[in-house]
Parts: sequence; C-alpha cells; structure tokens
Amino acid sequence: MNNARDNILKRLHDYRISEEIPADSDYASHHDWNTEERIKRFSDRMKAVHAEILNATADSWLNELASICSRKNLRNLLLSPHSQWGKQIAAQAERFPPLKYFSQPFEAWKNELFTDVDAAFTGAYAGIADTGTLIIQPSPDEPRSWSLVPPVHIAILEQHRICTTFTEAVARGSIESPLPSNLLLISGPSKSTDIEQTLAYGIHGPQALIVILV
Amino acid sequence: MTSEFRRNATSALQQDDVQTNLNRVVHKLREHRQAAWIAADEWRQLRRHCQAIRENAVRKLPQLLEQLETNLIRNGIQVHWAETAEQANHVVLSIMQRHDAKLIIKGKSMVSEEIALNHFLMQHGIQALETDLGEFIIQLAGEKPAHIIVPALHKNRRQIAELLHRHFPGYAYTEDVDELAQLARKILRDHFQFARVGLTGVNFMIAESGTLCLVENEGNGRMCSTIPPVHIAVTGIEKVVEKLSDIPPLLSILTRSATGQPITTYFNMISAPRQPGEKDGPREVHVVLLDNGRSTSYRDRELAATLRCIRCAACINHCPVYQHIGGHAYGTVIPGPIGSILEPQQRGLDRYGELTQASTLCGACTEVCPVGIPIADILNRLRWDATRQDADCSTPGAGSGYIPAQTALWKLWAWQCTHPGAYRLSTRLATRLRVVLPGYFDAWTNVRTMPKLAKTTLHERLKALGIDHE
Repeated sequence: MNNARDNILKRLHDYRISEEIPADSDYASHHDWNTEERIKRFSDRMKAVHAEILNATADSWLNELASICSRKNLRNLLLSPHSQWGKQIAAQAERFPPLKYFSQPFEAWKNELFTDVDAAFTGAYAGIADTGTLIIQPSPDEPRSWSLVPPVHIAILEQHRICTTFTEAVARGSIESPLPSNLLLISGPSKSTDIEQTLAYGIHGPQALIVILV
Repeated sequence: MTSEFRRNATSALQQDDVQTNLNRVVHKLREHRQAAWIAADEWRQLRRHCQAIRENAVRKLPQLLEQLETNLIRNGIQVHWAETAEQANHVVLSIMQRHDAKLIIKGKSMVSEEIALNHFLMQHGIQALETDLGEFIIQLAGEKPAHIIVPALHKNRRQIAELLHRHFPGYAYTEDVDELAQLARKILRDHFQFARVGLTGVNFMIAESGTLCLVENEGNGRMCSTIPPVHIAVTGIEKVVEKLSDIPPLLSILTRSATGQPITTYFNMISAPRQPGEKDGPREVHVVLLDNGRSTSYRDRELAATLRCIRCAACINHCPVYQHIGGHAYGTVIPGPIGSILEPQQRGLDRYGELTQASTLCGACTEVCPVGIPIADILNRLRWDATRQDADCSTPGAGSGYIPAQTALWKLWAWQCTHPGAYRLSTRLATRLRVVLPGYFDAWTNVRTMPKLAKTTLHERLKALGIDHE
C-alpha cells in the first residue's frame, strides 16, 4: 500500500498550512495539595468507583494482604517472587494461599490464567490523586495480562508516589521516558454503563480492585 | 419530501419506547457531564487548551503522520495506509488470512463501522465478534450502533434481557443489569482466550513516541489488544497528536464531556508488541491509517475543523434533533450534529446533504464541543456548498442540491431588500393580498397554524402613529 501512503501524504502536503497555533500555556493543574491531601483525594476517588483502599505501613502491609486473602477466600495468589514486594510475600509464603508464578511465555500459562487464577498481585508505578488512578507499568516479571484477566487485582502503591494530576505526572517525569511497551492507567475495577446508563462492575476485567497504600 | 431520512425520522418519532429510552439516557449523560465541571472557568480554560492542541495537530497533520510512522516502525509496530474503506478492509483481511484466522474479536471502533468491516469479513468467511457490551447487544440484534459512546441506548433492560435469552437460552432469564453484564462476561471470556486476532480502534496516537492510546471502561479493549497473538488497530489519520503532554488534558476533557467521568477505568498506552524478555502481549501490532475523505476536508480551512473531533458525543447528547429521532434515523455511521457535518464531507452532499438541514442551528452542539468545532457554522457552510454552482468547492457532491427556482427566489428577495421602493411595494402588496394567500402550506401547517399577515405594513403603521424616523 505504498501508493496509498504517498497519495495521502501528497494530498496533505499540498494543502499544508504552515502557520503554527501557539500552545496555550495558561492551562495548568491548579491544585496545590500536600501529601495528606493527595492521599485523601486518591482514596476518595478510588472508593467512589468501588475500589478498595487499605492503609498500611511497611511493617503491616503483609498482614493486610493476608487478611484480604482469607476474607476473599482466595484459592491462590499470582505474584512475582522477584519484585520488591513479591520477595517479602514469598519469604512468608505459609501465611498466604498457594502462590503462583509463571516463568514461561504467555502461551504456556494462558489457560491457567483464564480458568484457575483467583487473584494477581502487582506493584504500581505511581498514582494520580485528582482522578484516583494507578499508573501500572507491566514488566517481564509482572506482565500486561495480570492486571486484566484474574477476577481480583491487588496492587501496592507507595504514598509518596501519588502525584496531583496526570498532567503533573507527565511533567515531573513520573512516567518513564521513553514510554514502555505498555503503560496503563487503571481507575477502579472494570465497569460498564451500556445498559440504561446503569453501572455494572466487573464486566471483562477484574471484578475487584484492591489498593494497598504504604 | 419522502427521502429515506425523512421516513426514518417520522417512524422514530412514532415509536414511544424509542423516545422513552432515548430521553432517559440522553438526559443522564447531560446531567453527568454537567456535574463533571465544578468551575465554569476550568471548563473554558481546558477547552481553549484542548482546542489549541487539536488545531495544531490538524495543521501539522502531514508532518506528524510521518513522525508517527517513523516512531511506530522503530517500536516494531507495522504501519498500513488506506485511502479508502475497501483498502482498509483488505489490509485486515490479508492479516487474517496470513494467520489463518476465522474469528476476530473486536473492541469498540467507529472506524471499523465506517469501513463496514464486519460485513466485509463475513463475505470472506470470517466472523467478527463485538465484545463491548453495547456493541455485543447491537450485534445480536442485527442492528447498527445508535450512538457512538452508548451504542445500545435505544434499548431498555427488558429488551436486552429478551434478546440475550433468545440467543443464549441456556442461561437463566434476568433483567438485572449486574447479572446481564455477568452473562456477557461468561459468554465472551472463551473468545478472548482463544481468538488469534484482536481489533480495536484508537483514541489518540502520539507522534513523538509512536504510541496508540485507548480509552475504555470494560476491559474488552485491553483484552483484544493484549491477549491474542495479533492486534490490529484501525484509525482515522486525524487521531494523531504531537506529544505525550498533549494527552492528559485531552483525556480529561474527553471522558468528562462523554460520560462525566473524571477518567475511564482503563487508559491503555501501547507503544510496542511483545518485546524480548516480555512474557505476554501480542507478537504483532498493526496500525491501519485510514484517509477515506479526511484529506479532502483538510484542503478547506473551514471544514478542516471537523478533523479536530475527539468523538466524545457531547454534541449528540445535547442535540434536540437527535434526542427526538435517535441515531438510526440518520442512516449514517456517526449520527447527530458531528455526523451531519462529517458524513456529507466523507460520502458526498448528494447522498447526505439533507442531514445538514436536520438542525435548527440552535448552537448547543458548538457550545458543548470540547475542542471548539463550530458545528453550526459548518452546517450552514455545507448547506451553501450543496447549492453552489462555482468550481471552487472541493466538498464531494457540491451543487447537487441546486434548485434553480429556489436560487432565483432568494435572489429576488435579496434584490427587493436592497431596493426600498420595491420593498415597500412588495410588502404593501402582500398585506393587501392577505385574504387570497393559502391557509395550508405543506407539512408545516400539519402541526402548526398558518400565520396571518397584518392588514397594513409596519412602515404604514409607524407613519400613522406619526413616527417618521426608523
């Protein structure tokens, strides 16, 4: 389709308008929220879209996680034993339901992920207070599908990584540059309003999103 | 007076359930949008900002597309260009055939509707399965989307429950919205797992990084772009923006204008297929860049504003005409005010020029547009294009609505308005002949009373009152 490409671009170049529209600089995020305020906004927004927020400390978060697992009757927990947080869980594996990890490419565990994983645990790269959003950066250790396919997604986020707005996250480099192969903004469990504009949660993605704030 | 559009509109107006369902959803969407803007100042500032971003991107379209292509290819994403719907369909088909795939799972994509992809693939023995809940419902019903964000808004939960039960009698009948959603989840889950090819649309493309951005709530778009080994994204060439920092304001104004949400559940930024070391993600990512008339709109400075559109549907939700006749009456892919300026530009004024008349020019669409497209002005402009006889107009089908008698009448009217003697004579004549004017005037008087002309002209009355200056 090289012809198509050249024809389209030729048509566009022929009628190109050279003058620039000056970027409007008077729009900026006007919030001046301190850490406490950011945590509160983040949590309120998340709760408003049916996500669960658990406040913990560097010492207590494992207890929180263990109690979620028993409360939700999770039969297993998918996590990376190599991540900063996964190591700590794996070290106390006896407190949790059977831990799963996949070291093969997707094709080897796709079926198990769809049919037999109750919950996936991942880290969160950053958060956005204004919209109640997790910035998730999938990696070889915590692949793209983990935050999508299992019915429960548990994510851990450090409080100091919560930015005010998405604009600020981009401006302050809270998003890796160059962009990773996949970057996700996740704000709550999966939902739909396609029937009578009435909210229904847990349609194709996770039915529950649990955020542990440390 | 009996065009297909008029017949559709008349029939929609006579269906009470369509009216009720439409009203309910359209009003909810308006309320949600209203509630999303706490400060009017913020809305105005953000709109100015987003308008500049889109205007700039449209002006630099050729450069940005070249930059985008370079970066997509560098990232390992395969780029295809299509001048027409047919070319775009063949690109998708050849990818499907290369992978010997008989099923394609689809996230919501209005461009795939524009090129009638499902129908085309079916003719070649390939099944296209819609996975967005609304689109899934519409596909089961054998209909087309009635709205670009809420495709099944004309159906209520009872109609949807009956539809699902008829197609999937194995599941218990339910009218509960949560249970209906769970039903769709169960039905579609296997397809996500086993399909070899997934297709989505695109909301924004970032030129500087070669990134595709998808906005959604359900997760089916992520499924289609993450799980199958091959992901195809189809998009219009106008969806490109210059840089990453353009994205946050556009995303914010898009979701708030569309459904009033501060953000959707998922914002998915795809910059590459599965990389060495990565365990999942598609092994191939393809982008189909579709022109299909967009470069023609680009040639005209006024019409090029149409290309700024980010498909939020705010104009549709606020249009009094759409609210009454619904999406199907338009007979187009995109309904409502934006459709009425877009479709005639893409598919010709000869076929869709009548849609430009389906507006009272009240301007609600222009007022709510998050990127400041002067929709009402463009409607007016296209009405003119439809009757123009000069060769300067590049709009397809220009001049097709030319009626010599109508043009002559307007010329006469313009002449008498600029000649006081003739004006006085004609108004005096009209008032004197008022008794012989017809009391019936086509469809207008079917539902309205024919206005009666006064006995004397305004000029005569003012003179009688002794007011001699005007």
